[in-house]
Amino acid sequence: MMIDDPILEVDRLSLWYGEKKALHEISLKIPPKKITAFIGPSGCGKSTLLRCVNRLNDLVDGVRTEGDIRFEGESIYDPTLDINGLRKRIGMVFQKSNPFPKSIYENVAYGPRIQGIKKKVDLDEIVEKSLHRAALWDEVKDRLDESALGMSGGQQQRLCIARAIAVEPEVILLDEPCSALDPIATARIEELMQDLKDQYTQVIVTHNMQQASRVSDYTAFLYLGELIEYGETGRLFINPAKKQTEDYITGRFG
Amino acid sequence: MSRAKPTAANRRSDRLGDSFTALCGGALALNLLLVLGILSLLAWNGARYFWQRDLSLLTMKDGTKVLGEIWEEEKRPTEAGRPGVDRLRLKIGNRDLVGLDFAWVDREQIASIATPPEAVLLERLEYGNFYGSIEEVRSGGEVVARGAEESWKAFGPLFKKKAAERDAVSDLEKGEIGEINAAIEKLRLKRKKLDLLVLPEAEKSRRVATLEQELSTREAEYQKLADRLSAERTELEKDTVVLASASGETKEVPIAGIVHAIRPNAMGVGAKSLLYAQRIWEFATDDPRESNTEGGIFPAIFGTVMMVFLMSFAVVPLGVLAALYLREYAKQGPFVRMVRIAVNNLAGVPSIVFGVFGLGFFVYLIGGSIDRIFYPESLPAPTFGTGGILWAALTLALLTVPVVIVAAEEGLAAVPRIVREGSLALGATKFETLWRVVIPAAAPGILTGMILAMARAAGEVAPLMIVGMVKLAPALPVDGQAPFVHFERKFMHLGFHIYDVGFQSPNIEATTPLVFATALLLIVVVTIMNLSAIALRNHLRKKYAGSAV
Repeated sequence: MMIDDPILEVDRLSLWYGEKKALHEISLKIPPKKITAFIGPSGCGKSTLLRCVNRLNDLVDGVRTEGDIRFEGESIYDPTLDINGLRKRIGMVFQKSNPFPKSIYENVAYGPRIQGIKKKVDLDEIVEKSLHRAALWDEVKDRLDESALGMSGGQQQRLCIARAIAVEPEVILLDEPCSALDPIATARIEELMQDLKDQYTQVIVTHNMQQASRVSDYTAFLYLGELIEYGETGRLFINPAKKQTEDYITGRFG
Repeated sequence: MSRAKPTAANRRSDRLGDSFTALCGGALALNLLLVLGILSLLAWNGARYFWQRDLSLLTMKDGTKVLGEIWEEEKRPTEAGRPGVDRLRLKIGNRDLVGLDFAWVDREQIASIATPPEAVLLERLEYGNFYGSIEEVRSGGEVVARGAEESWKAFGPLFKKKAAERDAVSDLEKGEIGEINAAIEKLRLKRKKLDLLVLPEAEKSRRVATLEQELSTREAEYQKLADRLSAERTELEKDTVVLASASGETKEVPIAGIVHAIRPNAMGVGAKSLLYAQRIWEFATDDPRESNTEGGIFPAIFGTVMMVFLMSFAVVPLGVLAALYLREYAKQGPFVRMVRIAVNNLAGVPSIVFGVFGLGFFVYLIGGSIDRIFYPESLPAPTFGTGGILWAALTLALLTVPVVIVAAEEGLAAVPRIVREGSLALGATKFETLWRVVIPAAAPGILTGMILAMARAAGEVAPLMIVGMVKLAPALPVDGQAPFVHFERKFMHLGFHIYDVGFQSPNIEATTPLVFATALLLIVVVTIMNLSAIALRNHLRKKYAGSAV
């Protein structure tokens, strides 16, 4: 498998939580405008890897990394890099929906406001566009001023996607976005991910293999902090190269 | 699964559990009962005070007559073995004639009790109530009306006119004359300041001349106003009434010195209820008279509320910033844990200790420095170097800051990590995340801290006694004179007022009911302040938490 023009390139990345090594020299390339899935059993390091990409792990006490991640060819660990600028370009949707305790409108407008957009007209436009993009506009257009915490779980998660889209990132990281949702809400998020493919590179962490096989173009299987296998999703699920991958996707462990 | 049959052991623990539940419920009931008891005691004793009793005319067996309100009846203690004698406690007023407001009368001395409808009760600015009748109405020394009925008729319109004149005189005193006094005082201080300045001799004498010129114009204006005031005062004193007590003594008093004139025995329940409402209103809105034993307690209410508000403005930012540092910025470790323990212990320091600290730090050190730097011209008379409402508020802010820190820290800790990460993942800095997401979400918790702090501050008396609270303040801390809010002024406080009225008053018998009424009002004021803070908190909760949660 050759990926010529990766948007993200993980290069021999290792990570320690204190004394415990959680990632072992992981290298992989993520292609632009595709969906890449990280799968693996709980505790395999897939979320940790994802959180390295926007350097959210920096906030955890005692985390140390070695190796590099390059975003469009530039190291994200470059000390001169503006972390907040990086996070604006790499959005994230979390495992549990985490709307701010504000109105629906203010949730979507949050990122743009942080970037210094103040004009009401501009904000209105961004909010409407983002909510449209997240397939949420028709459901909430009449109650933009209501608290976001009054929405259903699936709506909240789509709101978080809209919020991420509003800052116009290039990459969206999704950390088990459907683990707390029912099948219908899950289906809507998956559908949305397909719609967003034309514009965004998406990286999804999931422990649900069906979901990975349904939505992703590439899949990486991690086990105990190591990258076991990485390849095109169709190939990996039908014809895994490694025994461990096969055991996992056939449900022999996990 | 089959259910286990109740064994003897677990029946016993059930019984124990039941009695424990009853014990808990009983404790709660006892608490509620105590609170209810306190409130109803205050309400009953305080509210009764404003109700006008009938005036009873007691004719004694020796022929003397006493007019007054019967306040209570009790058995007089006598030597052992003999039955007690019934006696009545009367409020007889007429302090200027008999010296005491209250008198005890043995029932066996009384020949008859009547309630004459023409008996008059006069509330006066000086010497308290008068009970008796109006014999004559005089204007400029000439008799206008004579006899009880005719005098009462003539008195009515004159009384209204005099009340208006009295208000006008008081407006003149507080308004124009007050302003000119303040201006003259300011000019004098400017003059003194000039002496302290280092200036060329010519320049100095030129400035002195201008100031003195201005000063003399002002003083001339003041003289004019003072003349006008004294003329109006003479006019005010011109109309008088001759009052007669039940025992026949007479006294001539100016009508302007009378606040209320009623005939209680001729009043129906409706009129008395109206009077009752009016008295409560006056109690809450008037200035005190006769060294706090009469009149209202408005300055004390105002002082309490303003002091608590000032304190809130100081304590909330201070506490929230400290909590933010402790919770969000400081590296969690043994040192931060120790600081936290110290902060909690601070809440247990006796309040008078804070008072002493406030006196030493705020009043002497900070206030004294402010005086030396900004007000050298009025020294040795202190401006900020003495107790005042600002220092009192800051002292109480220190006293209550642990409560706010603890509550704010809890509020901050309750904001989930994932919400913070959501903000950071959108490219917000840590400060933006705190400012835009974490603090608003923690606002209800912060307000809880503020509510607790306000409740504590409103009831605190001891530390205030040494940092600016007084029994009688000459002026409110807010008035019409620039700069309108006077942080350096001394203030009155409901808590201290209760103590002063109840235990330091020259006329304790008359003021005991006021203690209850004032205490009730203190509770009402604190409750209103807390309810408004709670309403604000609920509003914020709704705004930030949404209806579904």
